Amino acid sequence: MSAIVNTANTVLAQLPDGATAADAKGISAASSAGFAYGLAAIGPGIGIGYLVGQAVQAMARQPESAGQVQTTMFLGIAFTEALALIGFVVFILLKFV
Amino acid sequence: MTTDPMQVRIDGPSPAMSVALDLAKRSLWLAPVVVFGSAAIWGIEGVYSTLYALLIVVGNFLLSAYLLAVTGRISAALMAGAALFGFLLRLGLIFLAVMLVRDAWWVELVPLGLTLIVAHLACCSGEMRYVSGTLASPGLKPQPTPNPYLPSSDADDAAASDAVPSSSNAAPSAPNAQ
Repeated sequence: MSAIVNTANTVLAQLPDGATAADAKGISAASSAGFAYGLAAIGPGIGIGYLVGQAVQAMARQPESAGQVQTTMFLGIAFTEALALIGFVVFILLKFV
Repeated sequence: MTTDPMQVRIDGPSPAMSVALDLAKRSLWLAPVVVFGSAAIWGIEGVYSTLYALLIVVGNFLLSAYLLAVTGRISAALMAGAALFGFLLRLGLIFLAVMLVRDAWWVELVPLGLTLIVAHLACCSGEMRYVSGTLASPGLKPQPTPNPYLPSSDADDAAASDAVPSSSNAAPSAPNAQ
């Protein structure tokens, strides 16, 4: 959180003299939305990595159950990815609506 | 038998691809509901945006399954890499697909975003119920059955006779017999 505040302060300090409060608000909103989207993608990335790593290990140990493992792995990936999609939708709604 | 993920290959038909195609079929059932809903609230722009979001969701599923299927035939470790970097690639593609059209006259961002989330979760939830049911009770998995009122080819008849034994030569079924 302090990184977001520091970055926003740095950006705001570099604004030209003619910049209005609306410009500053727009810049801070854009940087906040970008941080939100980036943070929202970290969790699903870790989740997908863990999920696929365990699934590959299971398939390597028991190749005869690879079909079942792959099916559940694909659904797990889809559900985990929904979190990143939610972050993306929040980003576009914050930034452009 | 090797347990090295670098050497293990996943041959045969890809379950991920069949799941993705099933998800695409489910989105066809979902489409009228979300289209009518967004038409009632956002009008024609909502309809176009909802259809575009559904297209993005289905394309995302199909691309994900295609990457897993292709790389799984090479090695399981490569499939893991494709899953992770494919996640980044698909996020980027979704970002591009939305950013490129966001100023178009037919785009309404609220129904577009809501449909992205709702369609994704609804398709996954429906598929999860189906997959859970077939994993718990494989015998209940729907089999292709011939329609007696439609003309069928000899190949269909042969496949049906393999899948469903006829009553004349099948053993009497007694599920609860000890």
